Amino acid sequence: MPGLSTVERVLNAHLVIRTFPFRGVPLVAYPDKVISDLEKEANLIRRHIIKMVRAAGSGHPGGSLSSADMLAALYFKVMNHRPTDPLWEDRDRFVLSKGHAAPAYYAALAESGYFPKEELLTLRKLGSRLQGHPSRNKLPGVEMSTGSLGQGLSVSNGMALAGKLDRKTYRVYCLCGDGEMESGQIWEAAMLGAHYKLDNVTAFVDRNKLQIDGPTEKIMSIEPLPEKWKAFGWHVIEIDGHDMRQILDACDKAKEVKGRPTMVIAHTIKGKGVSFMENALSFHGKAPNDEETKKALQELGEES
Amino acid sequence: MKFSYGSQRKEYGHALVDLGKTRKEVVVLDADLSGSTRTADFAKEFPEHFFNCGIAEQNMMGTAAGLAVSGKVVFASTFAVFATGRCWDQVRQSIAYPKLNVKIVATHAGINVGGDGASHQTGEDIALMRTLPGMTVVVPADAPETYKATMAISSRPGPCYMRLGRLDFPTVTAPESAFEIGKATELRDGSDITLIGCGIMVSRCLEAAETLEKRNVSAQVIDMSTIKPLDEDAIAAAVKKTGGIVTAEEHNVLSGLGSAVAGYLVEHDPVPLRRVGMMDTFGESGEGEELMRKYGLTAEKVVEAAEEVMRRR
Repeated sequence: MPGLSTVERVLNAHLVIRTFPFRGVPLVAYPDKVISDLEKEANLIRRHIIKMVRAAGSGHPGGSLSSADMLAALYFKVMNHRPTDPLWEDRDRFVLSKGHAAPAYYAALAESGYFPKEELLTLRKLGSRLQGHPSRNKLPGVEMSTGSLGQGLSVSNGMALAGKLDRKTYRVYCLCGDGEMESGQIWEAAMLGAHYKLDNVTAFVDRNKLQIDGPTEKIMSIEPLPEKWKAFGWHVIEIDGHDMRQILDACDKAKEVKGRPTMVIAHTIKGKGVSFMENALSFHGKAPNDEETKKALQELGEES
Repeated sequence: MKFSYGSQRKEYGHALVDLGKTRKEVVVLDADLSGSTRTADFAKEFPEHFFNCGIAEQNMMGTAAGLAVSGKVVFASTFAVFATGRCWDQVRQSIAYPKLNVKIVATHAGINVGGDGASHQTGEDIALMRTLPGMTVVVPADAPETYKATMAISSRPGPCYMRLGRLDFPTVTAPESAFEIGKATELRDGSDITLIGCGIMVSRCLEAAETLEKRNVSAQVIDMSTIKPLDEDAIAAAVKKTGGIVTAEEHNVLSGLGSAVAGYLVEHDPVPLRRVGMMDTFGESGEGEELMRKYGLTAEKVVEAAEEVMRRR
């Protein structure tokens, strides 16, 4: 882009949607049906997000929509868990470090059967178990209370250490936001994860490239992100965070890695799936109005 | 008064080792101060159950939370100023709010830290911890009580904060005396004034009571080893008995033991009170005992306060 300054090029970088074609052969060749079913689940999660945030009148649709595909893959395919026995000791653990994506998380939990789907519309209401940010003592399936950014990866490491101490084979999954990478505690956790060789941790960063005040690279540059995680001793996989096959393959490959944890840098689009929310800063933390809700649900294929 | 002296830190390390022998779920974390906090004693015996987190206290608290949520009883130790101030948000968000079984045992509290100066001293830690909903706050008076308190918090579900000093403390509790979280201990009976202390200041209260006795004042001395939950029954009984109270703590008088007692008194039994402690100030370098004198953490100050309360009554 001639004529643009370096700063402008960086600012525009978030608008370029990068694709990450498969490198190498996937470990498991999933049938098309598996993929299309998961895509349907992700779509269902997205519709729930819109309805929940609308009903609440506030919340974070943008970062919830960008996380939906990863949550669908984890809850409906990747993780070993029992919604009827949330504290089953051999379950895989999940920590939503980006706690503001609670709507997506709650939708995945409800669709899994942890609590009645009708309850989704109580999000953020007085007396609801669905707090604005997840609270482990309120809602079954929520492993850890989160919301104050930068803390979930440390907690995941603690769960992973406990798993190793107890000779358990469960894995710990953690979903971080990209803005969270600006937080010092993340890098403290990065060191600990590598130091104690926590190969039972698979973390994701939802790299949607936007934070509340603007593009991450404008507010506080976090790049080069893959190189940083590699330098901290993590196995790094970069994927298109909206490509179900790539998500599943990354999870499979992470299980094969021994002696270090895995960070999956998932390139995503904030607001993914709703045209006017995509890459729109305004929908980081704002509910859609009636008209926008209708349009969003139409785009997501909801039959009215 | 002649006291024998003992190290709280040593007794903490001793208690951890004893816990490790029988309680497989006990895990200990430290942030590069294991030699000073004496968690190294545990690490030596049970290396698999000890994790040094490096100089990264925020991450240590988060890691502790993850271990606790997975069924471990986690002790996390470093200096008090770091354990409470540097990672207060992590303690709030990842430990107190989810009500996790993490025992934050911090050493080098107060001003007796000495030469390291104000950056490593703290008169704010009790305040920071007691304001957290559901947090238990324990301040043992001496070495033997530290051992008992470590055992007690290990069996109490939920988050706990325990504060220990650097110096050897005068031994004021009897070896056979029971320790119960939330229960104050009367160390000396008296009828004219009540001296309520915590930590090293309990010994100062006992010394003050001796001086007062020579002046024909009968002082009751209470070891308030739990700041939260506060033993309100003990305070109520003291009010009934003596009608005047002095609190003494090696902590800022704002929001520590004195404030906790004052809060109870003004709402229930408004009797005269004086708080002895650090007067809203940072410390400085010096020998521990020198600093205690300079900052008014002495038996003489407790005596002065008692006499003033007696006049106001």
